[in-house]
Amino acid sequence: MEAAKQPLEAVGDPILTIERLEISFGGHAVVRDVDLKLRQGEILALVGESGSGKSMIGRAILGLLPEGGRASQGRICFAGHEITAPTSAEELRLLRGSSIGLIFQEPLSSLNPTMKIGEQMFEAMRLHTDLSETEIRERALDMLRQVRLDRPEALLNRYPHEFSGGMRQRIMIASVMMLKPRLLIADEPTTALDAVVQREVLDIMEDLARANGTSVLLISHDLAVVARYAERVAVMEKGDLVETGPTRDVLAAPQHDYTRKLLAAAQLGTPNPIAGQAGEPLLAVENLHVDFIEKGFLGLFGGTTHHAVRGVSLTIGRGEAVGLVGESGSGKSTIGRAICNLTPKAGGRVIYEGADLAECSAQAEQRLRRRIRVVFQDPFSSLNPRMRIGRIVREGLRHDKSLSEAERTEAVREMLESVGLERDMAERFPHALSGGQRQRVAIARALIAKPDLIIADEPVSALDVTIQAQILELFKKLQGEYGFACLFISHDLHIVEQLCARLYVLNNGRIMEEATTEALFGAPSHPYTRRLLSASPRLERGEQGLHLAASDLPDAPDTGHVFFDATEADALYRLVDLGDGHRIALRAST
Amino acid sequence: MKLLSRILKKANGSIGFAMLAVVLLTAVLGSVWTPHDPLKSDLMNRFSSASAAHPFGTDMFGRDILSRLMRGAWVSVSIGLATLVLPVVLGTLLGSAAGYFRGWFDRLLMMVLDALMAFPGLLIALGLMAVIGANRYGVILALSFAYLPAVTRVVRGSVLSISQSEFVEASRAMGNSRLYTLIVHILPNCLAPLIVLTTMMFGWVLLAESALSFLGLGVPPPEPSWGNILSEAKAHLMRYPMLGLLPGVCISIALLGVNLLGDALRDELDPKSATASSKETL
Repeated sequence: MEAAKQPLEAVGDPILTIERLEISFGGHAVVRDVDLKLRQGEILALVGESGSGKSMIGRAILGLLPEGGRASQGRICFAGHEITAPTSAEELRLLRGSSIGLIFQEPLSSLNPTMKIGEQMFEAMRLHTDLSETEIRERALDMLRQVRLDRPEALLNRYPHEFSGGMRQRIMIASVMMLKPRLLIADEPTTALDAVVQREVLDIMEDLARANGTSVLLISHDLAVVARYAERVAVMEKGDLVETGPTRDVLAAPQHDYTRKLLAAAQLGTPNPIAGQAGEPLLAVENLHVDFIEKGFLGLFGGTTHHAVRGVSLTIGRGEAVGLVGESGSGKSTIGRAICNLTPKAGGRVIYEGADLAECSAQAEQRLRRRIRVVFQDPFSSLNPRMRIGRIVREGLRHDKSLSEAERTEAVREMLESVGLERDMAERFPHALSGGQRQRVAIARALIAKPDLIIADEPVSALDVTIQAQILELFKKLQGEYGFACLFISHDLHIVEQLCARLYVLNNGRIMEEATTEALFGAPSHPYTRRLLSASPRLERGEQGLHLAASDLPDAPDTGHVFFDATEADALYRLVDLGDGHRIALRAST
Repeated sequence: MKLLSRILKKANGSIGFAMLAVVLLTAVLGSVWTPHDPLKSDLMNRFSSASAAHPFGTDMFGRDILSRLMRGAWVSVSIGLATLVLPVVLGTLLGSAAGYFRGWFDRLLMMVLDALMAFPGLLIALGLMAVIGANRYGVILALSFAYLPAVTRVVRGSVLSISQSEFVEASRAMGNSRLYTLIVHILPNCLAPLIVLTTMMFGWVLLAESALSFLGLGVPPPEPSWGNILSEAKAHLMRYPMLGLLPGVCISIALLGVNLLGDALRDELDPKSATASSKETL
């Protein structure tokens, strides 16, 4: 990718000029003194944490600031139009869509759920062009082909809910790019998607933009993701533009402290796998099956069965950190939920310390289950909004009857301290905390009962990159202190690499590859593992400072294996041991 | 208390609160003291106009209208409040059980309630009154059942949506029982819509009680309630319009107050406005 990037051609004047822009809400400035230039055909990445004001700039360019916000100083000039001082509101409306396109983060809410895909795509074309219906239809089909969607004719008559997040975002790109805008503003276009899909969507967007000569303002919090695509990077911190420059230079020699901090976060730390103890595994899952049944009419007339997990076996040793990796829909979260009985099993056994949980007495099962705690993905919904932090954390101790009130209160405060929060945060409500702080609270709640096993279900994917690194560090630190075993569920191989000693790669409810972290990263064998690995870009430290890690993996040794392809779910499947516990999924010959 | 001060800062909240406070204070006062005995008739002094002794004049039996309105406020408000108890308590129980445990109980309950909701509340109350008999307790019981489906539906809906939250799963994953999770984690988060509905319902009940009394099915005379004062006035409306106007104004003030306060409460307890104000604190 890096080599294929065209050298920057400065063609004439910049298409977008932002000068000394200030955006304020009431008297409070959220963006201060920003200067930016974007040339025709250039891709510029605007990077910053949430709350840095990056999205506000994108909205100001469209003249669509949220209520109460206004560009209080400076000017935005797009292709001869003064956006900040338009001659009429009509001028801006005509620019939107036809000359400036916008792609939002959440494709679920930016497509109208009650309109067919085709209608939504035609709508803007009818508004902004004089083409006939057949021509519009042809253009729409052509665009859908360009975003690599199969059988576009059939897609036009379907509704948004019938598509996955990645497909919806591709449809969104198709309908925006159909008007051939000169500027595309992509506001966190792939943050809601997992790594594999993110890569596909961004690749498609880049190809389309380059083919049409569209300039792109790519807004993101993840420097490593945008670095692959952007010629130049602009870094925002709390409303100030702190650094701009060619991507390569910014990565290699960042000038501003904040850029360095962002880069440090994007690199993550040195992997520190936690091996755990040998001997009998703490938890063993044997041949787990989970089915979801979509009920038919009134729940009476049958229904369709969806196999979410198809015969997965895994083990976790005492004190060991194990990673479970796969894209969304692979069944990885379902396995975690089935272990803690949040989802009913269709088959298989969960064995904890040698005892089958299904065969224990109800009380014994309860007691064992309390040794397993869960950290959920979304810290915004995993804390009860009506409870104070202290009470939320203290609830983790509810089943420990031996403690007095005072001891509990003290334990809560100590726990808050060890997850890096202030002791007096116990008095606050969740809404007063940031996402990272909330996730620390969720971890404190899980850890306060000193469990043997933590199931962490995508604990960092809802967080900003800089916060992700902090939470991962916290996990490592706490693991050292408390020695719990951990099942770490994630879609990002590079995140699980940070602390897991062994990894399971999951696709479509089956294990594709199972190996120690070292072996998996050293010699990824299964094609699906390789796809996952190349999907999440990371920065590497080279001789001339940081650069984007090469994404192309060395060719897999030709072993003559016929790999199991999870898209053909009915094919015969077997897991073959390559030695040292490295197992791969092969297609069994009958 | 913080909620109250936030509501009082809004125009509709403070006006509604003031109106409702006047109604409630009048009702409480009317239960212990009225200028004259509201039941004592004085046939020599019928239809007298406003005077120092009778600020609002007297009615067709020479009873003091102010005293009757004050006692009527007590009767109407106490019926209104008493009527809220059953639907709120029973509705919360049924609604949360249906919303959280689902299954056949939920389906059966919803079928019954949907059937009930197909009839206007007043019609159900009328039917029940015919069975129970026209007295104060009959009114309370009949209206309670008429408003039960609304509360059950609202609670069930909130419980259903809150049950999907991760913090509810977190509680289950911690080994907490379903009942504990329901009481500690789910129900407190359903309070907001329930409070708003209860406020609104108080207004509806006041109106429905008046309507029932007006139809002669409510509180039996000579005991005054706003509804039957209005009902008795209808024979003399052409010559003495004030007889009907005064209880009408009382009902209007109470209703307007309740609706304004309910609106303000809804804005303030709306999760969307709550997240908006929480973003400011970040």
